Amino acid sequence: MGAVTKMTMAQAINAALRDAITEDDSVVVFGEDVAQLGGVFRVTDGLHAEFGENRVFDTPLAESGIVGMAVGMAMNGMRPVVEMQFDAFAYPAFEQIVSHVAKLGNRTRGKVRLPIVIRVPYAGGIGGVEHHCDSSEAYYAHTPGLTVVAPATNADAYGLLRAAIAGSDPVIFLEPKKHYFSKEEVDVSVSVPPIGRAVVRRPGKDATLIAYGPSVPVALAAAEQAATEGRDLGVIDLRSIVPFDDETVCAEVRRTGRAVVVAEAPGFASVASEIAARVGERCFHHLEAPVRRVTGFDVPYPPPKLEHHFLPGVDRILDTVDTLQWEEDVA
Amino acid sequence: MAINLGNIRDECKAIWRCGLNAGQLKAAITAARLLDETGRLVRGASAPDAEALVDGYRKLVFARRLNEQCGALVRQGRLAVYPSSRGQEACQVACTSVLADGDWLFPTYRDTAAIAARGVDPVEVLTLLRGDWHCGYDPNEHKVAPQATPLATQLLHAVGVGHAARLKGENTVVMALCGDGATSEGDFHEACNFAAVFRAPVVFFVQNNKYAISVPLARQSVAPSLAAKAIGYGMPGVRVDGNDLPALEKVLGEAVARARAGDGPTLVEADTYRIESHTNADDATRYRADDEVTEWLPRDPLLRVRTYLTAIGVLDDDREQDIAAAAEEMAAAVRAGVGAETVVDPEEVFAHVYSTLTPQLAEQRAALRAELELEEA
Repeated sequence: MGAVTKMTMAQAINAALRDAITEDDSVVVFGEDVAQLGGVFRVTDGLHAEFGENRVFDTPLAESGIVGMAVGMAMNGMRPVVEMQFDAFAYPAFEQIVSHVAKLGNRTRGKVRLPIVIRVPYAGGIGGVEHHCDSSEAYYAHTPGLTVVAPATNADAYGLLRAAIAGSDPVIFLEPKKHYFSKEEVDVSVSVPPIGRAVVRRPGKDATLIAYGPSVPVALAAAEQAATEGRDLGVIDLRSIVPFDDETVCAEVRRTGRAVVVAEAPGFASVASEIAARVGERCFHHLEAPVRRVTGFDVPYPPPKLEHHFLPGVDRILDTVDTLQWEEDVA
Repeated sequence: MAINLGNIRDECKAIWRCGLNAGQLKAAITAARLLDETGRLVRGASAPDAEALVDGYRKLVFARRLNEQCGALVRQGRLAVYPSSRGQEACQVACTSVLADGDWLFPTYRDTAAIAARGVDPVEVLTLLRGDWHCGYDPNEHKVAPQATPLATQLLHAVGVGHAARLKGENTVVMALCGDGATSEGDFHEACNFAAVFRAPVVFFVQNNKYAISVPLARQSVAPSLAAKAIGYGMPGVRVDGNDLPALEKVLGEAVARARAGDGPTLVEADTYRIESHTNADDATRYRADDEVTEWLPRDPLLRVRTYLTAIGVLDDDREQDIAAAAEEMAAAVRAGVGAETVVDPEEVFAHVYSTLTPQLAEQRAALRAELELEEA
């Protein structure tokens, strides 16, 4: 395929699915509305027409059924890539995910591996009604056996999905739905990034913002803003929540001495909390200030008119950065 | 071999337009039977192959002996727990005898005897209940899924294996087991519906043993029968006497043939009874009367076949003793195998979580190793 193309995240994911189906006969794509319609976000647009009913198909409207069937198909040599239509609609599949997708490899001492990718359009910022904007990553990240990936860029959406499909283990693939239709240049010819490696999106010397998925562009915007105010903030994009890249994160934080974790999900018992704890435990002697978190409030996702109060934004991030015990405060 | 799902939908609609006939409804509600409770062939039934039935009887004796042996091993503290299938042995045997080598079995935790009848070493099966690991056999080697305790979830896996087989052009049939309680679970419904919609080669085999731990069938369902639920999914439902080995083999064999021919799933309900408590940790006297159990004892699946085979003159004392001796040998091997001291490496808890150890698990493994070395020192 040609090298650099300008495409939306939905198109990048579509390209990854198309390339995976083309290259590997065992890849099948199924879920609700993914065939004829091409998915409610058009992520699977055209795949059914191109590859036919045996490779891309609609299922009855039942998420546990979709994931449970994927388990069996993977047991019988296939690589299912299934779509949960929205984050909160994945909950009916929770038992299958936690009790079987995550555990069957361990249960069978590695005799049965489940190369399943569960794609979840997730998080908010689209003015969606209740049950359409959940950040559900903590449920998955808390479950041993699951790999949890959250791309922030269109290029990563392509590359990480290819890696997820090609791997041996089940992957929860969290797609920041508010970026589905934003265009970026994607080079599909570059090698696939390994899952489990974070990337420094912006080096900075004063403090490190740690983000993933939809919060990465927000953190980058905050760093831009801070630069105009004379503060040099770095941004780490985790790319995968599980496995977690302690090495990259800690190397950056040790260098800057200050860290803020940014995530949309409610902060209590969250992925952001885990990151703050890990960084605190591992970088304590390098820290100038406690690790802070900027997260959603501990409330159900608010109605569309109020969501901008809930989502971590540039101002809230910078206000939090201001509390990191800077020398001018002490003096 | 490509499957055209568009055609399947049209064909299913055509079947529907013909409507259900009275025979199909009757099959879903009235239990089919070949041997009555006194071990006599029911009127009009053709006699089962005598030698095949002797082999079936041998398997029944093995299943019963295995149930007894496992109960004893629990009492000796060798097994943590054992959900017995005593009284359900005909179901345990029939659901495997109708399968070909390449077919799959999806058992529940109560189906240890069925897995053994499939040819898996009982000692490997009991790895779970001995507490060594969650599954002791290789599912791919025997085409037997791991036992697990969540209810009805495995039925969807069975549908997936069957659907994948069809997509790959394989002739595989999947036997998916559950109990009466599991038919109340959402995954039972989703599995039946998915299998019917995709016309997956699956036989759903419900062993209706009348109890889900303590809760009786009447609290699970007020449907005319559990097999009758099949009608709502657009697949055949067949009810069969679950203590009648030849009838079970006939009904399940027909369902397997139907699946193998590409005609889709069947829901078979066996009318049987759980003679023992849910497990040794349960006390059935708290929720059912002894009279009820006593009533079921004469309907014993072994007794029925033995009476019949003896009456037609193919089972004599010598043969009976040979079978009993072979079962004793099996039981002795189970005792020896389960009783043997095993060492489970504590570090194995990290080994299979992912196909490649994550840095976090590597760290935790190193920490555990340090603890263990300290203990040894």
